[in-house]
Amino acid sequence: MRKAVSIAATVALLGALTACGGGEAESGGPVTLRMTTWSANPDHVKLFDAIAAEYKATHPDVSVKFDALPFENYTTTVTTQIAGGNAPDIAWILEGAAPDFVASGALTPLDDSIEGAADLAPTATALWKQDGKLMGYPFSTSPFGVFVNTDLLKKAGQTLPTGDKWTWEKATEVAAATAAKTGKQGLVVRDFDYKDWTNLATVFRGWGAEAWSADGKTCGFDQPPMVDAMTFLHKAIFTDKALPAPGVAADFFAGESAMTIAQISRASLLKEDGFGWALVPLPAGPSGSYAVIGQGGIGVLKKGKNAAAAQEFVKFFTSPANSEKLAQFFPPPRKSQLNVDTLAKANPLLKPEQLQNVVIDGIEKGVVKPSHAGSAEINQAVRSGLDPLWKPGADVTGVLKGVCTAINPLLAK
Amino acid sequence: MTVVLDRPSSEVRSAPSFWTTRRRDQLTAYVFITPALLGAVAFVFLPLVLVVWYSLHEWNVLADTFNFVGAENYRKLADDPNFPAVLRATAFFSIGLVVLNLALALLLAVLLNQKLRGTTFFRVLFFSPVVVSLLAWTIVWGFLLQDNGGLNGLLETVGIDGPNWLRSGGTAMVSVVVVQVFKNVGLNMVLFLAALQGVPQELYEAARTDGAGPWTIFRRITLPLISPTILLTSIITVVGSLQVFAQISVLTQGGPGTSTTVLVYYLYQQAFQFHAFGYGATLSVVLFLIVLALTVLQWQMRKRWVFHEH
Repeated sequence: MRKAVSIAATVALLGALTACGGGEAESGGPVTLRMTTWSANPDHVKLFDAIAAEYKATHPDVSVKFDALPFENYTTTVTTQIAGGNAPDIAWILEGAAPDFVASGALTPLDDSIEGAADLAPTATALWKQDGKLMGYPFSTSPFGVFVNTDLLKKAGQTLPTGDKWTWEKATEVAAATAAKTGKQGLVVRDFDYKDWTNLATVFRGWGAEAWSADGKTCGFDQPPMVDAMTFLHKAIFTDKALPAPGVAADFFAGESAMTIAQISRASLLKEDGFGWALVPLPAGPSGSYAVIGQGGIGVLKKGKNAAAAQEFVKFFTSPANSEKLAQFFPPPRKSQLNVDTLAKANPLLKPEQLQNVVIDGIEKGVVKPSHAGSAEINQAVRSGLDPLWKPGADVTGVLKGVCTAINPLLAK
Repeated sequence: MTVVLDRPSSEVRSAPSFWTTRRRDQLTAYVFITPALLGAVAFVFLPLVLVVWYSLHEWNVLADTFNFVGAENYRKLADDPNFPAVLRATAFFSIGLVVLNLALALLLAVLLNQKLRGTTFFRVLFFSPVVVSLLAWTIVWGFLLQDNGGLNGLLETVGIDGPNWLRSGGTAMVSVVVVQVFKNVGLNMVLFLAALQGVPQELYEAARTDGAGPWTIFRRITLPLISPTILLTSIITVVGSLQVFAQISVLTQGGPGTSTTVLVYYLYQQAFQFHAFGYGATLSVVLFLIVLALTVLQWQMRKRWVFHEH
């Protein structure tokens, strides 16, 4: 009896679990699409909801739910949802995770879902293509620029160098002098915080340095351009005090630093009655001027329950008309919309020359932040490898060689 | 041989009921334990079996691959260059936490067991972090331990240039341990207090009459009599210390280098960040075996030092 009861209970439980587990594709009737994002910004959500409502007017059976996940663990959360059989229909994808998503076959091609695909800037779509097919749509192609607190500079008796004089040498000189005179911090590489080293591409590319070769097989950290760039950066942090040291928090947008390197979409954090500010391109390095862009893409997941309906919605969401609306928050990848007139309507805080120099030129000549298949593991290995660099008197060359030793086996995978 | 007894006709007609008192009791017992049993099967035993099963597979969620690889993940574990450092970090954290936590909890319990004014206030003070949200507690300590944070600001007022607590290899793990000790020492303190108050006063009086000093009384009477509680708290603290995750995730993310990458954080990285669920499951199996071995060891050793268990 006891045995029979326990067997029956186990069988019943397993049966119940199996019944809960599987997910059948919906073949008709009302559909609710779930799109994961990393933005809970009320203005963003309002715009997304408006686009979804407009879509519902012509597709009454389709509703779209925007599921904002925390940015810090965004990719991890989406991956866990996929593993748990709860894949979103549509997902935003960060540029760092793009190679994994694009190459793994997790996404459905979007070539038939993008209106006027020829209008997309090639620099913007490079990361999102696999065998010539567009696997993700880079809805946000946001160049990095330098925001400057002009009030703090004035207080410190400094002027912002312009034209050819806007170099890394001058930028750190002004940052260090402003920090010394005002008691605030100098230049903050936003979101780096001595952890997310990929943001340092905004610095080391000025020396022509790359984390790895274009084919992703050869480590670039021990190459002379990277050694020079990191030597400069180390001196700027620990000798010149132009950048805050590890563990020192300083928020530019709260007036705590003279400059910050950030994506132009951060302009929304500036308060109208706050301090005086300027937005300029990244300073020129020894190898000349350059631009770096961060991207966010949209992908339709194969494992989602409504892939066909999701592709249809993506077509609407990314149409030229909606792309123009989204441009107020996310610089579009469409060349026809990359002009001062369109962008000025969407970004009233930015002046025409700022839009031209930082946004339009940045997207045209910019290179996306470092990314690689298996980027999470590689990024972790680089981060650990760079940790010994972030103290006074570090052996820069030795540390960078160590980084290559750590990541070479991962690059070779 | 059948013996036919002369009995009243009504008794002859009724067959013996299936629902005997014994069976009725058994059914009641099963009804009562079924919810707990179902919960245990669904949320403990089934996941345990599945984790072992997953550890024999290479499972990439994005590529949607789930291939049986046998002991390959265990071979990978043996060759993993990071694994020895992870085990060292785990051992450092666990030993540091268990020793500091139990010693401080016992000391506080003994001090707060005195009949003095204000002991209730201090009991509440030391216990209150236990009821605070772990994440909130850790985030606040993260701010305090920054290079330009509250702790170094305090040290600066007395002329000390404090270290960069969470960013230097020498202090990061110690900081995490101390933050965790302050968080949970109150719980063990309360358990010890209850145990101390259960020690019969006449034993103390008899010892004093015999001329025993405070240290001898503590060693010969208090410690043996509260040893069952010491066993309980040590098992809870050891198991808890091996499962530390949120504090590492918030304060150091395993750095600098891999100095604070403990086993649970490492398996989280492998499974959820690097998408290697099979290898993550392998690390889970290792963690399970370590916890099991340490708990069995403590249970076995109780006979040597726990009162009432000789």
